[in-house]
Formats: sequence, structure tokens, C-alpha cells
Amino acid sequence: MVNRELVVVGGGPAGMAAAISARENGVKDILLLERDQYLGGLLNQCVHTGFGIDYFKEILTGPEYADRFIKKIKPLSGIEISLRSFVVRLAKDRTLTYLKPGGIHTVNAKALIMATGCREKTREMVHIPGTRPAGVFSAGLAQKLINIEGLLPGKEVVIIGSGDIGLIMARRFTLEGAKVKAIIEIQERSRGLLRNMVQCVEDFDIPVYFNHKVLKICGADRVEKVIVAKAGEDLKETPGTSFEIACDTVLLSVGLIPENELIEMAGVAIDKATNSPISKEVNVTSIPGIFVCGNSYKVYDYVDSVTVDSELAGKLAAEYIKKAR
Amino acid sequence: MNKYDVVIIGGGVVGTAIARELSRYHLAIALLEKETELAFGVSKSNSGIIHPGTQHTPGSLKGKLCVQGNALTKKLARELYIDFKEVGELIVAFNEEELMRLLQLKKDGQALGVPGLKMVDRSWLRKHEPNLSDKAFAALYAPTAGIISPYRWVYDFAENAKANGVEIHTETKVEKILPAQPRFEITTSKGEFSSRYIVNASGLHADDVSRMVGVADFKITPRKGQEFLLDKKREHITNHLLFPLPSKASKGILVTRTSDGNPMIGPTAEDVDDKEDLSTTEAGLDKVLEGAKKLVPSIDGNDIIAYFAGLRPVAGDDFLIRHEDRVSGFVNVAGIQSPGLTAAPAIALMVAEILKRRGLELKRKLIFHKHRKPERHLFAIPLDDAKRLIKKDANYGDIVCRCEMVSAKEVRDAIARGARTMDGIKFRTRAQAGRCHGSFCTTRLMKILSEETKTPLVGVTKRCKGSEIVKKDRTSGQ
Repeated sequence: MVNRELVVVGGGPAGMAAAISARENGVKDILLLERDQYLGGLLNQCVHTGFGIDYFKEILTGPEYADRFIKKIKPLSGIEISLRSFVVRLAKDRTLTYLKPGGIHTVNAKALIMATGCREKTREMVHIPGTRPAGVFSAGLAQKLINIEGLLPGKEVVIIGSGDIGLIMARRFTLEGAKVKAIIEIQERSRGLLRNMVQCVEDFDIPVYFNHKVLKICGADRVEKVIVAKAGEDLKETPGTSFEIACDTVLLSVGLIPENELIEMAGVAIDKATNSPISKEVNVTSIPGIFVCGNSYKVYDYVDSVTVDSELAGKLAAEYIKKAR
Repeated sequence: MNKYDVVIIGGGVVGTAIARELSRYHLAIALLEKETELAFGVSKSNSGIIHPGTQHTPGSLKGKLCVQGNALTKKLARELYIDFKEVGELIVAFNEEELMRLLQLKKDGQALGVPGLKMVDRSWLRKHEPNLSDKAFAALYAPTAGIISPYRWVYDFAENAKANGVEIHTETKVEKILPAQPRFEITTSKGEFSSRYIVNASGLHADDVSRMVGVADFKITPRKGQEFLLDKKREHITNHLLFPLPSKASKGILVTRTSDGNPMIGPTAEDVDDKEDLSTTEAGLDKVLEGAKKLVPSIDGNDIIAYFAGLRPVAGDDFLIRHEDRVSGFVNVAGIQSPGLTAAPAIALMVAEILKRRGLELKRKLIFHKHRKPERHLFAIPLDDAKRLIKKDANYGDIVCRCEMVSAKEVRDAIARGARTMDGIKFRTRAQAGRCHGSFCTTRLMKILSEETKTPLVGVTKRCKGSEIVKKDRTSGQ
């Protein structure tokens, strides 16, 4: 087992900002673990613009925003970056075990910052009935397929939910020559940002059905259509209002959940409804010395605010280590 | 045209168990499966319960083969290195009247030879099954009930049968059978097969296949079952498999768990007309939740991470296993619904016996490989063992599926063992089966599958031709 002053789990915007800030606040021995083969996290697949308006007073794409931090963190002495490193176990005493191609490593940290991001809610979590054909994707997976892999998931798309990734993907699919036939939102207004509603949906004349729900996904091997109906105040189907939309692809954009399975394993108190740590102040958890920042602390609307709050997490961890010395 | 002694139609648990049993003997055997992979029909939606043999009337084929099959499964699981957990089941009574029915079940079970049956009372239940509803009055405890992975069971049977010489043909749909003497001529989507004997284990389509040789005196009615899986975090919500008292149509809404540790609630039992109707419904979910909460009130709909529907192939009340005397050499193995998974090894012995009685010479091979090289799954082994594996092969440390901890090496192994689709990889390795449902690992899995099978990315499918994951590759123009 190796001892470290600070271990940061996650090399996205939150993890990088936290590590840099901890270094600037005097921590000299930092290990940053990232499971992917590159830093930047989900920003790498967000090729649209709109990042950095608050923090840099500039309009950047996701990869550009990430690159600012990658350029800053790499030359810093005192921060070791370990890629393709997958944490499998975390104990209360801040001992964690991670896999890397070729080995398993155990490390104990005086302080720990978890910046593990969030995942998308799935079709299964919102209980959408019907068959289970190919062609049902989370909006984020569709984004990765198009922007990172250069693969077009489908040509006639219905989007369930109006989360920001779904709205952004409505525009992206349209620009790729696919037809976005509808966005179906069960609430009476969008759950995404106003600017995305305007720039990604209204500007492209994509029909949005508020107060509607998808009753069923149909198709044996590939999605063939969805059945949609008006949803009443109780969110149940209003009888006699159902209609069909033919499509070959269904995207889900129904919300995000913080990824906190590791700290839950360590015994950190978690709010079951939100999957966030139960916490008195930002970034702090029920176990002293374990901090959480970025989208794993709570789901943020803007990466700029993730950066600011994660810098605070780095500072809190540095103070904690100083006190423990 | 290739000539065989036995052609088995259907690559589910029944067909593959028969193939494995017959592979002990000097026989030329082919197994034909219409889907892209084995177990993609009825077997893939099985609950994975190895039943003890309760809930069947003495004298029924189901009861007899279930009790035999339960013991055989344990033995075979050791031979084939599949994870079988004997967790035991409780059939729960909620009042006096149900208690009387429970006593009858116990009597029937004992008549069938179910070992270890025991009535347990409230205080026993409170101690051994603390999350069970406090309205539970008493229960019948059957210690020999267990859990297994239904699709891995099929893959293991098939792999071992293949190692012993059985030919496995997937994407091979039987279209016509000519009962010419002394051999059947079988026309399929992949050419002609000629065989002395045919075993029809084609699940939902057993009646259609039987009709091809002129035997049309039974009909398969699909009976839909919807199942809902809960997050692995709730693995310990129960210790035993929990059953209510059975009805005529089914064993009721159960609280069980998969061999991988996900609690599972369901199934419904709905007779449907369509042999392809695998849709889940809101009503199904409501019904299952209601039934499950009756047993375990703390079950929460928010814990559901996956659901699916399967179809039981029903042909009357009992299994239908018989040689068709009008069509010499043709054996029907039909209506194998629950407890078919448990009974499969016993059905295999029974079919071998039927074939022998009908003149098939069963001469043992000098060398029969009864064991199978086990695959390794990181999720199923202690960390120290994982450490050794990773040291031996660095690719075990290359994690592809984060939710279920599946490495690139396991995915490549699964493909080497026959996975050809994304579902095939999921069933074998659990990659995509966790809480993110493949949102994070789909692209990586597609690339590995494409690379190993030399298929372009646009050709990678979920489960068959027509279920391609993406429509267009912008990088290659495909």
C-alpha cells in the first residue's frame, strides 16, 4: 500500500479544478485517477459551444474548455496523473483500490476528493413500457457515437424528455441530416436551459409536445414507432388522446444522477432521492476527509460553476490535510 | 448434404441439455437454432430458479422430472463449472386457509420425493427472513431450491456438447421436413440436413415444427411473464426465494434473485396470441409491484433497474415428451414451461432413453470430456484472485463496463466462445447489464465485437440482423 496526501478520483473538469486548487493551496503529493485514456471527462464529447462564458468570459467548446485545464495541470509538479485507472473499492479510512491494465493498486489518502460525475437516467428508471429493440439510446450515448466515433445512430428520431443533452442532440441530429420528429416532455415546460430551447429546438422548428408521455416503444428488432398520449396532472395518460409517431431511434433525456456508488460503499450518507451525499455545506460529506465535487456532488447546469465549486473542494481538502499534519 | 444420426431443433436449455447428454455416445449430432445465438428464444427470459419440485401434483411429468432435474443440475453444475447457489425457498401462507393448502403442498412434495421439506412458523421467519411481511403466517421451506444463470447454463451445455463433437448451427431456421424413410430430409435457411432421428425442442414453435411432419394434435400457447430486476445494492433484501401460494396458471409473483445478485420480482402470467410479443406494460409493473410488496413491503419501485418479458411455451397442463409413433424417429419435447430449466437434464436422459427404445444405438465414447474450461469474471471473484489474473494477463485490468466491472479480456473471451451480438456479450459477461445500461460501454463493446468478428461497426447488432446499433459510419462512408 502506498500513502498519499491527496487522491482525486475523476479527471473531468471537477477533478482537474480540484487537483489544481489543492496544489495551489499547498498540497504537494496528489494522485489523480482517471478511468478513461484521456483527461477531460464528458467535455470531450460536448463539441458545441457555450462553455466558459462565466469563468473565462469567452465562448468555448467543451474540448477547448477541458484543454485549458489539461494544459495547466500537466506541467504541475506534485500532481501525478494516472489514466485508465478504475477504482473498485473505497473504505471509510480513505483506502482505495484501483485497477489498471497490468495491476491492482491500493493507496491510502489523508484526504480524498471524489469527482466521479454523473450518469443519465435510463428508460428502465422511468418505466417506459413496450418492446426492447435496438435504437433506444441515452442522449449522452448518442452524443458520444456521433461526436467521438463518427457513427450516426439513426435517421428518424423521437426524444423523450427535454434535458439539456436531449435538446443539444436534437440540433446535432438535425445538422447530421437526420429528422428529429418530436420531443416529448411530460412536464408543462422544458427541464433544459432556455438558451438550449431557443438555439437547439426553436431555431430548427423541432416540434415539442409538453404534457405528453410515451406510452410504449414499438418494434421487434429495431425501433419502429412510439405511441404518445397527453398526460394529465397526475402524469397518467388522458384516455382517447393517443397517437403514433414513426421513428427508428428513441433518445432518452430524462435527468441525470450523481455517480456515488463508491462513497456509498465507504459508508458516506447518501440521499436516496437524489443520490447526492447528505451534506451540510458544499463538497462536504458525512465522513471527514472525503470530499465530493462537481456533478457527483449535485447536478450542475453550467461547467463554469462546477469549476468554481471544485476549486473550493481543493481548498477544503488542503485545509483538512494541514490540520491533520 | 450432411448426414446425421440425430438432429436437435432448438438451441435453448432443453435442446442444448439433450445435445450434451447425447454427446457421450458415438453419434453424429447437429443442433439447429434459428436465432443468431443460442438461448435467444424462451431460455433468455427464464427466472433462473432451480425448483425443488414442490407445487406439482404427484404423477405429473413436471413433478417427476423437476425433482430428478434438481439433483442432476447440482451434479452437472460442478462438472461444467457454472455457479449454482442452493439458497432454498419459502412458500408463504398468510392465513389459516392458506396454511391448509401449504400442508397439502408439503404432502404432494413428499410424495414426489422432494428432500428436506419443512414447515416453519412466524418466529423462524422473523429470524431467517427479517424483511418478509409480518403478516406472513407460516411457510413451507424447501432447502434444495437454487439459482443459476439460465443463458450461461445454455452456453455451457452447448460449449461442452461442441467439445464432444456436436455441430451447432445458428441462424438456421427449419423450413420443411420430409419424413422419407429411413431418413428425414430437413430443409433450412442454411441448407439441407439429413437425419435418422429428430428431436423437436423448438420451444414456442414446437407445434409449428411438429406440424411439418403431420403431427398437429397440440398447440403452443404463449404465456407472457414480465420480470423486473432491482439494483444489486438490494442484493440482501431476502435470504431465500419467496413464493406466494401458486394459482392454476403460475407460481405467482415471486421475490427471487438472479445468480449475479440482482433481486428480481415477477413474473406475471398472461396468455397471449403473438409468439413475438415481448412487450412490458404499465399494468404488468403495477401487478408485479403489488404482489412483491405483499411478500416484502420494503420493495421500492425506484430500485428497478431493468425489466423484460418472456413467453412460456404452454401445451396443456404438463410437459409433452413423446415419440410420435406415426412418424417413426420423431420425438416431440414440447410445452416445456416452468420448471423446464430445472428439468432439462432429466428431460435429456428421458429423451436418450426414448431414442434408445426406438432403435438408436447408444455406444459410449472412449473419451468424453465432461468438464469445461471455466471462464473468469472479475465481478464474481475476490480481489486477490483478480490481482493474480491481472498479473497473468494485463487485459483483465482494462475495465470496459464500469457498473459491473467487466474487463476487455472477458469480452474477448465471450466472443471467442460464441458471442456475436451485443446481447450475447451482455448475457455472457454482464457488460451493459448494470445501472447505466450500456450508456458508457456501448461504443467500446461495439469496437471489440467489430474487431474480433471482422464486422464493420455498422454491422454490429443488438441480437440479430435488422437490429443494427447504428445506421451509418461517417468515418468510412458505410
